[in-house]
Amino acid sequence: MSYWILALFQAILFVFLAPLFSAWVKRVKCWLQNRRPPSLLQPYRDLRRLFSKQVVLAHNASFIFRLSPYIIAAATLLAAVAIPLLAVNLPTAAIADVIVLAGFFALARFFLALAGMDIGTAFGGMGSSREMTISAMAEPAMLMAVFTLAMVASSTNLSTVIGVMLNQGMVLRPSLLFAFLSLVLVAVAETGRIPVDNPSTHLELTMIHEAMILEYSGRHLAMIEWAAQLKLMIYGVLIANIFFPWGIAEQLDAASLVLAFVAIGLKLMIIGVALAFGETLMAKMRLFQVPAFLVLALTFSVIGLLSHIILEIS
Amino acid sequence: MIAQLPIYQQAILLLASLVLFSSFALLAQTRVVAIIKVFAWQGGLVAITTALVAYDTGQHHLYISATLTLGLKALFIPWLLLRLVNKMGLNKEAHTVEHPAMLLIVATALVIFCYYVVQPIEMLSQSITRNTIAISMSVVLLGMLMLVSRNKAVSQVVGFMSLENGLFFAAVAATHGMPMVVELGVAFDVLVAAVIFGVFFFHIRDSIDSLDVSQLNRLSELDE
Repeated sequence: MSYWILALFQAILFVFLAPLFSAWVKRVKCWLQNRRPPSLLQPYRDLRRLFSKQVVLAHNASFIFRLSPYIIAAATLLAAVAIPLLAVNLPTAAIADVIVLAGFFALARFFLALAGMDIGTAFGGMGSSREMTISAMAEPAMLMAVFTLAMVASSTNLSTVIGVMLNQGMVLRPSLLFAFLSLVLVAVAETGRIPVDNPSTHLELTMIHEAMILEYSGRHLAMIEWAAQLKLMIYGVLIANIFFPWGIAEQLDAASLVLAFVAIGLKLMIIGVALAFGETLMAKMRLFQVPAFLVLALTFSVIGLLSHIILEIS
Repeated sequence: MIAQLPIYQQAILLLASLVLFSSFALLAQTRVVAIIKVFAWQGGLVAITTALVAYDTGQHHLYISATLTLGLKALFIPWLLLRLVNKMGLNKEAHTVEHPAMLLIVATALVIFCYYVVQPIEMLSQSITRNTIAISMSVVLLGMLMLVSRNKAVSQVVGFMSLENGLFFAAVAATHGMPMVVELGVAFDVLVAAVIFGVFFFHIRDSIDSLDVSQLNRLSELDE
């Protein structure tokens, strides 16, 4: 029973810390660019404002347009619930393995793209087509990286994978290095950060994610934005807890849970700083160069898989 | 299993995988200067791996091979090529890679092929580096792939040198290096080859006004 309570607590923590994480990334970025950062609570204020506003619907909006925010938010939430944030071996980790996780993201993306095309404006369709182009190449790379992890741990369950990483001691695995690099590139592409997409502008020629949600308002927009923040946090936690699992709780006593909380907080802060540095140092690339970026991610994961089979097994 | 190996041997395997990655990177690069730099990194990685193998197996003559590789492949030949490229004004030039995704698939298939072919050898060998034989064979074949997929002379030369890197790596991985005389001979050969290639660049450019060797396939009388 206490396992379920902890799992519920972890899910709530995940959902309510996600806006804070994106606020932290924004804050570091502001520091690096000599701007004055907004308060760390600003995303929460934005979400509250959006939730209290009236929804404006286009005349020709179909039920898909109204349904999509709920499906996107629900799929992302389910993905977040299945990811070990504080402790391994929680019952919720058995809901979904990494392949189902990729499936949740695909479901959310499918409905986001449909909603983008539903109204029939030029920008929505353009955004959807771009999103699908990118995901068609990001998803194989992610799955290959995930398969590499699964082969190393002999399991596709995230909690087991993290447990294996935690207990293997000091091992230099080439496959993990390449899977890590691949997942970082995929995470940048999937969460729509620079250099693939810029989350903070509505520049018509380059936007991808923002183009699809241009017609949304009120609580629909709030849910989609929250889901986007949650997705960023999910990728951050995935990378932090799989490749740097130190500190995650294996026993469920108060001391190790507090330690796990502090550890994941620190790890996410460091990842946020790294992301902000990357976004400040790089310029957004042209859309037609994004395939090269994703082919690099695919190359990393292919070499990871091959080097696991060739170098590590026998 | 890798987890049971000592840390030096794990490092050898890690470096071997990075050498493989540098071969993939060579295939994908488009800028001449970037190609030469990646080639220099590959030489450096091979040299470090050789030095680690020397340390791990106690074969001291491998240190000399590692130093030779570092000096020639990682420093001198890239420097020579960069100087040539600068002198000929090619340093801004971008070579197009045709069908980059196709190239990636072919390269992956080649690596899998090498793994399959090398497996019987790996079963016979007791050496700690036996797993890297497949990697070194792949570096050889990826170098060949680079030779056939590019049509500019500089890229082809780098592909050839990278192929030689793979052969050297194979010798280190399979038998802990060739006899010293052979190794010195090969190193000298590569050095001479680099110089001759340099002369050839000028000759090719003088005769066809470009380094695009696909133009050498045509008979010049048909053009005019």
